[in-house]
Amino acid sequence: MKKINLILSFAILASMMVSCGGDNSNKKSGALVGNAAERVYVAPGEYDEYYAFLSGGFSGQLSVYGLPSGRLFKVIPVFSQNPENGYGYNEETKPMLNTSFGFIPWGDAHHPDISQTNGELDGRWIFINENNTPRIARIDLSTFQTAEILEIPNSAGNHSSSFITENTEYIVAGTRFSVPSPQKDMPIEEMKGTFKGPLTFISIHPETGNLNIEFQLIMPGFNYDLSHPGRNKSHGWFFFTTYNTEEANSLLEVNASQNDKDYIAAVNWKVIEQYVKNGGGTKMAVKYAHNILNESTHTATSTILNEITTVNPLDVPGAVYYLPTPKSPHGCDVDPSGEYIVGSGKLSTDLTVHSFSKMIKAIEEKNFAGEAYGIPILNFEAINAGVVKQAGLGPLHTEFDGKGNGYTSFFISSEIVKWKLETWEVVDRQPTFYSIGHLMIPGGNSRKPFGKYMVALNKITKDRYLPTGPEVTQSAQLFDITGEKMELLLDFPTVGEPHYAAGIAAEILIKNSKKIYPLAENKHPHVTLSEKDAKVVRNGNEVHIYMTMIRSHFAPDNIEGVQVGDKVFFHVTNLEQDYDVPHGFSMIGANTSELLIMPGETRTSTWEPKREGVWPFYCTDFCSALHQEMQGYIRVSAKGSSVPLKWSLD
Amino acid sequence: MKKASLLMILGALLLLALYKFPLWNITLGAPQYPEPLGMNIFFNGIEGVDEFDIQNIDGVNHYIGMKKVPKKEDMWEFTVFPIFIAIMSAIGILIGFLGFFKKISYNWFLGWLFVMLIFGTYGLYDFNLWLQNYGTDLNPKAIMKLTDAQGNQMSYKPPFIGTKHILNFTAQSYPRLGTLFVFFGTLLPFLGYFFGKKSAKIKK
Repeated sequence: MKKINLILSFAILASMMVSCGGDNSNKKSGALVGNAAERVYVAPGEYDEYYAFLSGGFSGQLSVYGLPSGRLFKVIPVFSQNPENGYGYNEETKPMLNTSFGFIPWGDAHHPDISQTNGELDGRWIFINENNTPRIARIDLSTFQTAEILEIPNSAGNHSSSFITENTEYIVAGTRFSVPSPQKDMPIEEMKGTFKGPLTFISIHPETGNLNIEFQLIMPGFNYDLSHPGRNKSHGWFFFTTYNTEEANSLLEVNASQNDKDYIAAVNWKVIEQYVKNGGGTKMAVKYAHNILNESTHTATSTILNEITTVNPLDVPGAVYYLPTPKSPHGCDVDPSGEYIVGSGKLSTDLTVHSFSKMIKAIEEKNFAGEAYGIPILNFEAINAGVVKQAGLGPLHTEFDGKGNGYTSFFISSEIVKWKLETWEVVDRQPTFYSIGHLMIPGGNSRKPFGKYMVALNKITKDRYLPTGPEVTQSAQLFDITGEKMELLLDFPTVGEPHYAAGIAAEILIKNSKKIYPLAENKHPHVTLSEKDAKVVRNGNEVHIYMTMIRSHFAPDNIEGVQVGDKVFFHVTNLEQDYDVPHGFSMIGANTSELLIMPGETRTSTWEPKREGVWPFYCTDFCSALHQEMQGYIRVSAKGSSVPLKWSLD
Repeated sequence: MKKASLLMILGALLLLALYKFPLWNITLGAPQYPEPLGMNIFFNGIEGVDEFDIQNIDGVNHYIGMKKVPKKEDMWEFTVFPIFIAIMSAIGILIGFLGFFKKISYNWFLGWLFVMLIFGTYGLYDFNLWLQNYGTDLNPKAIMKLTDAQGNQMSYKPPFIGTKHILNFTAQSYPRLGTLFVFFGTLLPFLGYFFGKKSAKIKK
């Protein structure tokens, strides 16, 4: 009897296991999980196929991941101070965070975009915008360092940025919050018709990458939400979505959602460029900071500039048209051919797709439905290419695979929908976990998307990871998009908010990535090129210490003659010329971060000694077997003491 | 005798390749150096395989008290060898031409070869001597003083030819193109000597 019981319970157990297995295979996870694991597994020592640059959102930084593994390699500090490597703390990089409002330690990073040549990613630079205090940053992809930050004057909520044209001619920075232009003290309720929506066109120097505001287009005071350049056949145009064409100034969630259609603004920047070249436009007095890191001096400078050229769109015939687009469109995406402009009405269930060639025809035929502040509004029926009907709830952004498919994120229904260009039929839909914002296909913003992977960038994770108290991670999800159906391969947590991302084939960047900074090219004003040049110089109450570091010592490592009340500058040069041998520097009681100094680089830390004594400093980066011995002392005497300034290394 | 003399001239010319190609190459790989550090040994000095390799080899070796890789001015060989090779090459070409116009006999080739052979042997002996000195003449204040199983001071001598494990490093030492050119630069005149001898016999 016992035996029969045993057999019976085994049978029940077995049937339960079978039914569980059945459930799993219905969800397509059982067998596929193992398969997915193989496809994202990058063996130890092997390289990922793609770099993915994920915006850190409210962290202000840009994170660097590998695909398909989802491994985090680096966080590039851009708009926020970073005590980990001293960015924004050391004297060399503090000017990078200067603005017309003074030093700002934080920023809100949103949309990275990689430089292009002939509509294809060239991997020279990556740009990203700061939303809160409008700025655009350029990051050099040979050093993975922020090389330049340009403040955008006369703008607010720098959200429809930083998207670049297909030969990296221009980067745009549009304002999401209409503002008085120029700024002035006035009643908020008088906003309607008075506020403006300036769109800034910034040129990029083809060799140096340096940014320059060429002109600012002073548009009607709508909210310019997102933008994308035309490419291929529509190269020369830029498209901006708008919301709040109602021009409400309070309770926008209701009052800005009343119009059935808002607009996509189509801007012919080539026409305006020519107009400005011929002396058109009006100068406006403004104040904005332009910060550049000089790679040979390893030092950033911040310059405050005072003037920009503004352009009234009505002064340039044929420059701007409004394309009516339903329901507060958010994403504004252009397919690789440049023919289709997708407007995602975020309060709609449909996607509206405009045709570039129909738009040109409507302009030629003056097929207008009216005008807004003198800007022609094209007839919706004349420009519409098609509608992806009932695709989902809350469409936000669309990316393309280069094989005739669009992939649109839906925030409210928390899913990605794949659809076909030209037939506008939905092919597949996959849930995301949860509430996807942007999505990214490497090269998706170019003429040639790589079309192998897609990354969903989610705002909410709830139960997806081990809980970490009320504040939990946001996340990315990797999909394989080579088949008819999208396949979820991997979840990985992100730095801050992964607002948007840009991806590129690793082989394009690997060959340009620098290993060291050549010491011979170090033109830092306080560089110390060899140990025998190390010295300490007093200048009033400022003490400048010219120090070197090499495995495994500082020169000098004993310093006397410093006094309470002095301001001490440590100008520290890493003499190493070997890959991956940085040294760190920290001083007890210094009111700043450490220095992390790459081979051949010079960094400066300041310290104001407050108490007499003998105070140690040391190397913070485990550099070598004798790392613990890499240390030194500074003797601090009373103010006015007769202890002479001296230094040594025995 | 014409063929013999041409071989003599060609051989002497090949020696000039030493101005361009290294004689020897030593690489040092380690877990921290997946791309090994390397030095190319020329007859007129030592260069890093990559720009900063010598500096980095010196940096690593200072822990165990090894001397720095010698610069050109530190060793007389780097000055004398190029002059010697230039002279030998010139003489070789000269006797080749004289042989070609039948002014001298093929025995001169043998004489030239003899001098080269002595030089070559001395060069290799001298090289090994330097390796020995480089690997064993250590700073008494070295940061790490290591001993072998018998308690003797550890030798860091790189291998003359082949692969050797030294602490965390794998040292590989092999002749390079320059040595090959010297080999052919002496082989060809040697063949020339034989051809010369043979044609002389036929004429007899």
